[in-house]
Amino acid sequence: MLYREAGDFKTTYKEDNQTFPIKFDRYRYYFVLIVAFLIIPFWINDYWVNAIFLPFLIYSIAAIGLNILVGYCGQVSLGTGGFMAVGAYAVYKLMTAFPDVSIMIHVVLAGAITACVGVLFGLPSLRIKGFYLAVATLAAQFFLVWIFNRVPWFYNYSASGQINAPERTFFGVPVTGANADSWATYLFCLIILTVCGIVARNLTRGSIGRKWMAIRDMDIAAEIIGVNPLSAKLSAFAVSSFFIGISGALFFGVYLGAVEVGEAFGINKSFLVLFMIIIGGLGSIFGSFAGAAFLVLLPVLLKNLFVAGLGWQPDLATHLEFMIVGGLIILFLVVEPHGIAQLWRLAKEKLRLWPFPY
Amino acid sequence: MKFKLLAAAASSIAMATPVLADLVLPWMSYRTGPYAVAGIPLADGYADYLTLLNERDGGIGGVPVRLLECETGYNTEKGVECYESTKAEGSLVYHPLSTGITYQLIPKVTADGIALHSMGYGRTSAANGKIFSNIFNYPANYWTAASAGVNYLLNENSGSLDGKHIALLYHNSAYGKEPIRTLEELSKKHKFELTLIPVDHPGQEQKSQWLQIRRERPDYVIMWGFGVMNQVAIQEAANVRFPMENFIGNWWAGAEHDVIPAGDVADGYKSLVMNDTGSDFDIYADIQKYVVDAGKAAGAGDNLGTVMYNRSLYMAFLTHMAIVKAQEITGTADISQADMIKGMEALDITDALMAEHGLANVGPAFSVSCENHGGPGLGAVSQWDASAGKWKLISGYLEADMGLINPLIQADSQAFAKENNISERCN
Amino acid sequence: MPEQVIFGMEVFLNGLMAGVLYALVALGFVLIYKASGIFNYAQGVMALFSAMTLVGMMNGQVPFSHLINAVFGTDIHHFGWHLPALIGILLTMAIMVLLAWLVQKIIFKHLVNQEPIILFMATIGLAYFMEGFGDLMWGGEIKKLDVGIPQGINLWIDEATYNIFDYGFFIDNLDIFATIVAAILVLALVAFSQYTKQGRAMRAVADDHQAALSVGVSLNFIWVMVWSLAGFVALVAGIMWGTKSGVQFSLSLIALKALPVLMLGGFTSIPGAIVGGLIIGVGEKMFEFLVGPLIGGATENWFAYVLALLFLVFRPQGLFGEKIIERV
Repeated sequence: MLYREAGDFKTTYKEDNQTFPIKFDRYRYYFVLIVAFLIIPFWINDYWVNAIFLPFLIYSIAAIGLNILVGYCGQVSLGTGGFMAVGAYAVYKLMTAFPDVSIMIHVVLAGAITACVGVLFGLPSLRIKGFYLAVATLAAQFFLVWIFNRVPWFYNYSASGQINAPERTFFGVPVTGANADSWATYLFCLIILTVCGIVARNLTRGSIGRKWMAIRDMDIAAEIIGVNPLSAKLSAFAVSSFFIGISGALFFGVYLGAVEVGEAFGINKSFLVLFMIIIGGLGSIFGSFAGAAFLVLLPVLLKNLFVAGLGWQPDLATHLEFMIVGGLIILFLVVEPHGIAQLWRLAKEKLRLWPFPY
Repeated sequence: MKFKLLAAAASSIAMATPVLADLVLPWMSYRTGPYAVAGIPLADGYADYLTLLNERDGGIGGVPVRLLECETGYNTEKGVECYESTKAEGSLVYHPLSTGITYQLIPKVTADGIALHSMGYGRTSAANGKIFSNIFNYPANYWTAASAGVNYLLNENSGSLDGKHIALLYHNSAYGKEPIRTLEELSKKHKFELTLIPVDHPGQEQKSQWLQIRRERPDYVIMWGFGVMNQVAIQEAANVRFPMENFIGNWWAGAEHDVIPAGDVADGYKSLVMNDTGSDFDIYADIQKYVVDAGKAAGAGDNLGTVMYNRSLYMAFLTHMAIVKAQEITGTADISQADMIKGMEALDITDALMAEHGLANVGPAFSVSCENHGGPGLGAVSQWDASAGKWKLISGYLEADMGLINPLIQADSQAFAKENNISERCN
Repeated sequence: MPEQVIFGMEVFLNGLMAGVLYALVALGFVLIYKASGIFNYAQGVMALFSAMTLVGMMNGQVPFSHLINAVFGTDIHHFGWHLPALIGILLTMAIMVLLAWLVQKIIFKHLVNQEPIILFMATIGLAYFMEGFGDLMWGGEIKKLDVGIPQGINLWIDEATYNIFDYGFFIDNLDIFATIVAAILVLALVAFSQYTKQGRAMRAVADDHQAALSVGVSLNFIWVMVWSLAGFVALVAGIMWGTKSGVQFSLSLIALKALPVLMLGGFTSIPGAIVGGLIIGVGEKMFEFLVGPLIGGATENWFAYVLALLFLVFRPQGLFGEKIIERV
């Protein structure tokens, strides 16, 4: 009754082509933005931001990036951790070399640097496909981690090899470093996420998105009809690495503040972001958010349930957490292999017709 | 960071009102994950000691201790989550038990005004209390460990290592790279040849590295490893017939779980220690009575007396002494987070104090000051006796070459201060 | 002969041995991928689980003791018996067959015909689950695994090479044992798939599921059989690696070492796993020996992948893999 297309007439091309053509969708989107920007910052505290919101926001950006590469363009990549490391180290070098430039510019530049690196490591995709490509991107992952460990210039010759984010401000409010307030870090990441989300959504709706999807579905046929596979695949790697680089820069600068490359950007990170997009739904921007939320919230929820709620010993709780996460992933895949986004789509379709069955 | 203070009567025996106040001690242990093998005994000791204090003494100064154990799995993000979830409870001191998490938490605890004690790990230059107001790493840290190890070798070689060849087998991570600068300086000073051999995480495969050691035949191998790297290294050393007495691991590479898998061939392996080990301390009778027999042991109760268990027992003891000192200074039993830092800075561990608490000679006597948060930097060497299944101390507490190390600490902490705009204190 | 050449030969031989150990792990992947198109991320965890089960059986551990003690307040740890290695292996094999049957029934029966990436994800979920389950069942402490495999330098080779080259080569007894076991295993698997009815059925299923169904091959049975075989291979790999370093969590990371082998040899070929393993083993050890000191060492991790990548650029389906024929 509320969620209707009937009676909603478009009179301009602009209205017809908008991202959310249905009024209810549009209003829902504005509502989420209002809550996220205007209500949550006043209500959160350190724990919520540092344990839940920041990881969610940051992993969402990474998931959007990887979804563009894997979900929209069909190139399976396991190098996400390495690319996040590139973003983190790029922003660190920029922050320490040019302390007066705004952090926002540094983050965007870090993304651009990561995009260049991503194009370089994406070259094998022109020849290799499928799981073989996935394992090839692992070469990127391990090599990048090794190089950040080995070359002292990257960590400014410090004795231990760890990098620390110095304090930087955005419009006078500190967003990196220990003195940053939780609402400031939250808003900073939220702004970047919103912009990234809008950019990604529009890229995937546009002609370049269609080219990516053509390559994903049947790349030989795509080539025949005139899609240049070189530019499509490399642009997918570039855009994807841009987002992943930004997420890596935020992960280091805003969320953790200090990283050690082997532990923070290892292969576990690559698999984690891949899980997020598979569970959330490949080829869907909403799916990236959903998957990130699922994999960030679930362990925290389980831990609080078992340890704080039931008072179990922490190691039993962790073992059970693993089992439950694994079990839920399997259950999810059996029930809905196309991810949370598919469930969401189905729900919306049913709601559009409600209370009629069809 | 809210903390309820009991009214006026700072007399700690507050039996009149139901006790609202307690001493909150968070414990960021890792019983799962890649280092669970070391983490499990490490997690047990601290928890058992505090349980003992509650059961036997009713807490510290009459105020019960509340332990908040939080599982990090040695993962930095979980460490952040643990920190954020426990800091609001009024945590007095954090033991991150992981160098990665320590680096993470250093700016955070400084901004939040909470103490952090990274005993024998973490950021070495935090020993400079002038820059790192909240961070403590007494009684020793990685650079002093490396130097103490070299001093042990000097003693073994009548004071000269000229012409000798020492190989450092290290875990290719921030942890493993810690001693490199110190060892390079020491190699210039004492004229020994230093070879650096990295081992990639997790260190399951070390064939190339040990073939290299077999070819080059260094006189000594010093190991900076953790986790599976230790077990594999000891096994490979035995396989290539490297003499075990010339193989010295640092204090995270010298526990029972590192040597037992290799069996008898590990006999003679040496390890640096900052505290003594074994079950000969008087406190074990109390732990057996009040904790294990009462069924309140943190783990399965089978780690008593092991190296890691004793180390975290020692950590708990030092925390206990710091709280007692803080209670003394402030006159209240229910100390605040700022009081804890004062207590830690005024800490003075004497032999009498250690004996009084059933841990006679567990470690060296030392004191902490505002400028020196790192303690004396002493390390001893112990050796594994495979047939007896025990570690035995084979040297006294050796001093490190502080003349060489202090400038390095200064340089590193000044670089940190510059990057983060911190001005010196204690002036 | 110059010293470096002699050292090089030693490194080369050790590389071959290391490659065999990698190939052992890769075999499990190949078996499952060949028969059902599933890239089994859980292979490493299966190796860990089977090794833990073997040790638990041999030492008479009570499964789930930690959980039982926490829930019921009891204090039981061991049954008190000690089984000989062979019985332990047979019992563990039975458990792996049961696991294969459960995995097939609960997970993969419902996911037939899904895209490869979904199946891959399911194995990831399985890996998580088994990791937690294994830790819960047998505990996370390190356990020593001793089934009687000899370890240590092989003195005979040491002396023989010393007499020839004036420098004794180091070849580990365990590696020699592993090579022999791997050779027997590969021969057995190849013989099985060529000459027995079930083996032929397995190859039929690998070729075309529907055609196999239409001639009466029971897909379910074949898949359970393949997973059991993979479980057995995982057990062998787990025993070899577990003897070297003790049975603990890091054992599951050996799967990462097998991935470049798979890339190089092709996902669907058993001889490819062996050849790939040998090439990767030799390549990474020689690179570490020759170039490693110049660029700081610890290159093994990434060089294996780079090497495999180079091969892939020339043969995108791996050396022995099935050529990917795409139809538009």
